[in-house]
Amino acid sequence: MTTTSMIRMASVDKHFGELHVLRDINLEVESGQVVVVLGPSGSGKSTLCRTINRLEPIDSGIIEVDGKRLPEEGKALAGLRADVGMVFQSFNLFAHKTILENVTLGPLKVRKVGKAVAEKDGLALLERVGIANQKDKYPAQLSGGQQQRAAIARALAMKPKVMLFDEPTSALDPEMVQEVLDVMTTLAGEGMTMLVVTHEMGFARRAAHRVVFMSDGEIVEDASPETFFSNPTSDRAKDFLGKILTH
Amino acid sequence: MGVIVEHFPLYAQGFLQTLRICLFSAVGALVLGTILAGFRVSPVPPLRAVGSAWVTVFRNTPLAVVLFAVAFGLPELGVNGSYFYFGVIGLTCYTAAFVCEAVRSGINSVSAGQAEAARAIGLTFSQSLSLIVLPQALRTVVPPLGSVIIAMIKNSAIVGAFGVGGDLFAQGIQLTSAQGYAAAGVLTGVLLGYLLLTIPGGILLGVLERKVAVAR
Repeated sequence: MTTTSMIRMASVDKHFGELHVLRDINLEVESGQVVVVLGPSGSGKSTLCRTINRLEPIDSGIIEVDGKRLPEEGKALAGLRADVGMVFQSFNLFAHKTILENVTLGPLKVRKVGKAVAEKDGLALLERVGIANQKDKYPAQLSGGQQQRAAIARALAMKPKVMLFDEPTSALDPEMVQEVLDVMTTLAGEGMTMLVVTHEMGFARRAAHRVVFMSDGEIVEDASPETFFSNPTSDRAKDFLGKILTH
Repeated sequence: MGVIVEHFPLYAQGFLQTLRICLFSAVGALVLGTILAGFRVSPVPPLRAVGSAWVTVFRNTPLAVVLFAVAFGLPELGVNGSYFYFGVIGLTCYTAAFVCEAVRSGINSVSAGQAEAARAIGLTFSQSLSLIVLPQALRTVVPPLGSVIIAMIKNSAIVGAFGVGGDLFAQGIQLTSAQGYAAAGVLTGVLLGYLLLTIPGGILLGVLERKVAVAR
């Protein structure tokens, strides 16, 4: 086993009732790597993303983050989640807290950082994602793109070892997609380990080190973006790319 | 109606006694009910069982029976105290079951994504409940909680009748049966006393509801 794996999934299986959503998943993401997960809807890619910080428990198999097995529900799991940033399709900013409070809550309550430090770091992060001027507003007062950038800042405030993105641009109006992707591209360029579930082919080509293609709960292809987009080997990937790239 | 003026001090005493019973019980029931609601949504099965059992027992038992059980059961267990405290304990336990269900419905009204995001940044279950979910649940919970508390104020009459004495309703009984006043006049005074608690209570809740209402 390589010790540089930030995420390791081995023989992971999961069912939703009758539906076999993850079938014998084996996946490793090395430290500093950006892996984009593609696939038709219902292929299990979001579920895969959500099992990594155990928002979805698995039936069998092994998941390790930074060499440590995912603990059972409890304090140890909370500790692990603090090190794994997550960005959701529907942003999920805390609706009753301001943008700055959203970003400082984790550092204050989980990392036990002092208020002044948390606010200084939080502001710097909001600056970095370009919404420092929105810090005192509530999430509902922001555009979708601004909310998602705030959500990225909230995750980064925990200084995570790895970031999970679960379709971060799927709920956005087209003109707001780019501003979020720009933030993600910068992050990828800075060496953050990222697992990104997305339909954004441009981002996959530009920022990914690897593309993982899923279909019906299985990993069908695992290749570099160049190889995947120019030379897909499986029929299911060819079919998927055919539909995506011609529309 | 002259009885109200004539025996005003008696009414005032009764009003204050009812107010005391209600204040203690309301605080107790809100705290206990919220904790029970936390139990009912917790990931720990024994806690969920305690929460469900509490609601099942107290919601399905007549208040008079609960009070009877407390007043005669607790001394058997070596817990002694005045009827006032037994009455408050009974009313608190009973009302907490309804508070629990109202709060739980509020918790369920907060989108699952809020709790997921809270867990994703490393908050523990109790932190995500107290910092993220409950403050938002409060917004939907104020109207049903208001109804529960107003029902509790009226239920306090049963507590008064149960040996605690001295509350509004008990004073009314005293005036009609022991002193022979006509029931209509006496009870009008009693009713006014309860309205004096419930109507401002309702207005206060309306104010609170507007205050905590924030866009999602």
